[in-house]
Amino acid sequence: MRVALFVTCVNDTLFPDTGRAVVRLLRRLGVEADFPRAQTCCGQMHANTGYRDEAVRLARRGVAALRGYDAVVVPSGSCAAMIREQYPKLAGSRGPFADAVARVVPRTYELTEFLVDVLGVTDVGAYFPHRVTYHPTCHSLRGIHLGDRPLTLLRQVKGLELVPLADAEECCGFGGTFAIKNADVSAAMCADKVRAVLDTGAEVLCAADNSCLMHIGGMLGRQKSGVRVMHLAEILCSTETAGVR
Amino acid sequence: MSVTFLGMPADRPFPRNAARAVRDSQLRFNLRKATRTIRARRASVVAEAPDWAELREAGRAIKEHTLRNLDRYLVQLEEAVTAAGGHVHWAAGAAEANRIVAGLVKATGETEVVKVKSMATQEIGLNEALLEQGITAYETDLAELIVQLGDDRPSHIVVPAIHRNRAEIREIFAEHMSGWGRPAPEDLTDEPAALAEAARLHLRERFLKTKVAISGANFAIAETGTMVVLESEGNGRMCLTLPRTLISVVGIEKVLPSWRDLEVFLQLLPRSSTGERMNPYTSTWTGAAEGQEFHLVLLDNGRTRVLADEVGRQALRCIRCSACLNVCPVYERTGGHAYGSVYPGPIGAILTPQLRGMGSELDRSLPYASSLCGACYEVCPVAIDIPSVLVDLRSRARHPWPERAGMAAAGWVFERHGRLARLQRAGGRLRRLVPRRLPGPLGGWTDTRDLPEVPRESFREWWDRTDGGRR
Ligand code: SF4
Repeated sequence: MRVALFVTCVNDTLFPDTGRAVVRLLRRLGVEADFPRAQTCCGQMHANTGYRDEAVRLARRGVAALRGYDAVVVPSGSCAAMIREQYPKLAGSRGPFADAVARVVPRTYELTEFLVDVLGVTDVGAYFPHRVTYHPTCHSLRGIHLGDRPLTLLRQVKGLELVPLADAEECCGFGGTFAIKNADVSAAMCADKVRAVLDTGAEVLCAADNSCLMHIGGMLGRQKSGVRVMHLAEILCSTETAGVR
Repeated sequence: MSVTFLGMPADRPFPRNAARAVRDSQLRFNLRKATRTIRARRASVVAEAPDWAELREAGRAIKEHTLRNLDRYLVQLEEAVTAAGGHVHWAAGAAEANRIVAGLVKATGETEVVKVKSMATQEIGLNEALLEQGITAYETDLAELIVQLGDDRPSHIVVPAIHRNRAEIREIFAEHMSGWGRPAPEDLTDEPAALAEAARLHLRERFLKTKVAISGANFAIAETGTMVVLESEGNGRMCLTLPRTLISVVGIEKVLPSWRDLEVFLQLLPRSSTGERMNPYTSTWTGAAEGQEFHLVLLDNGRTRVLADEVGRQALRCIRCSACLNVCPVYERTGGHAYGSVYPGPIGAILTPQLRGMGSELDRSLPYASSLCGACYEVCPVAIDIPSVLVDLRSRARHPWPERAGMAAAGWVFERHGRLARLQRAGGRLRRLVPRRLPGPLGGWTDTRDLPEVPRESFREWWDRTDGGRR
């Protein structure tokens, strides 16, 4: 099986640990993922802010870079949702672009989907002796319907104590440019999320999306809360002998 | 293009309205409490219906079919209403509708009307227009009464006074009821039962005195010409039956082909709206009933224009249940006034700019009043894909130039992976120079949050240096 890693621009540029964790985790499970160099950004920021033409250009580049693989693994519910939900709309129903999208879309998996549905593993052999809470993120939850796959994986991690997050399904207020355009509402939403996280007493907040984690983590950091944010992949990659880095 | 009036002043953009609302802690507390209660109730009664997904699909399909054949069903409706002794009037816009209604009221010689809560009449600013003609309109829905007495504006589709708590309502009643009719009792407390009783006595006097009533309709059945109103308090039934003249202002999208279709919506609407299995009062009437005169004003006010839009037209399926408001994290923190339209929340964010056009700063800002979290789509009983319409509307209006420049620059970088790699390398070297506070509009983010540290090495560089971690 030829597997491509679509690492996403945010991970590539700001959170390379997540990409490294995915590579190591997959390798541990016997999958050698390729990193198609031509990939950059899925175009979600442009699409969702109303820059349709730019989004189409980036989507074209995206599918071209990911062509020819049996599976594309994306460590982001949000970018996976972009490819699966919005690419078909941007591509229309006919033509080479639409064909390329139609080939890539059914092969695109968010990381936990790939682990649970394609590889059929729920115990990835991880060890992470910490108190962790999980934020499902909107696009993971309602965009690609990840369901309890992430929780199933987390429950198998040795040493990990999973604590429930109140109002977990509520948006953290990131929403890409929403956090900038409606900064006050976004901050109010984030503050409520932060309060819920602190109420759990968890040491680590985890999610399948670094953009939401950056948003919530930014406020956790500003409040000197001591709670760390970590992408799910980094927890799943940790073992007794090796941490993330 | 004619300007469509939606009953609210529209001067400031949403983010500025929202910023004010967010700072009002009483408002936020009231909203949070109310939306959460109703949200939980909705979830539990929806979970009880094992065929909810099928019902939702049926609701979507019936509405879709009706909208696609709207011309046919509207003519059928007109014929049926006329045959049943009613009079049908067509209004292209708010001004025309108001003129028609004012004319009808004047013809009765009356100067007072009672009203059944109706979004259509709010949309056209009917109360204000009637007042200019010397006619006073009295709202009879409890929440609308609170809003009217408080000289306030509705903040929610179903619960217009959602932003008010009991203590505030008591104050409004005690202070203002006497100016409009029977005063509140001296010893009025903020107990819900006491407040309801005060309103009941105040309204009872009004119902018995007034000869003209104005309503909207939740549904209009083309087959028989029947109007349908769903309500909780019984005030609507008083208005619909007691007065001698009944005028209903109904948006053209409210038509349903047949009685059978009601079966679906009588299940969808109360559950989505008030979280009840069934609303307490469902009134139906066909044409003119015993000794009553009936007028139906069919209102377009921008609707045919919306119907012409392939993506946006689904907003016309809306049955005004307000489930999308109750679940929206943005609405929960801003309330309805921030949207500057009688249609607040997610549905307002897509309906208002479509009905009114995107000429004003406010209307251009409404499609951005969402984090695209998707909760509204999930609860909508007629499956309106609100996030998709928001994104589509965002691509219509011209964007501010700094944003265009920023997006163009980002697009240019992402166009070639070599450019991205060079930028990442530069970022890695200059990482210590990233300011704590970002300039311009980006500052809104860094005011309350720390930026992530820029890593020394991007993923891409790591992959190259280590051959994907193999070295
Ligand atoms: S858009 Fe859907 S959820 Fe919102 S008010 Fe209309 S019918 Fe209800």
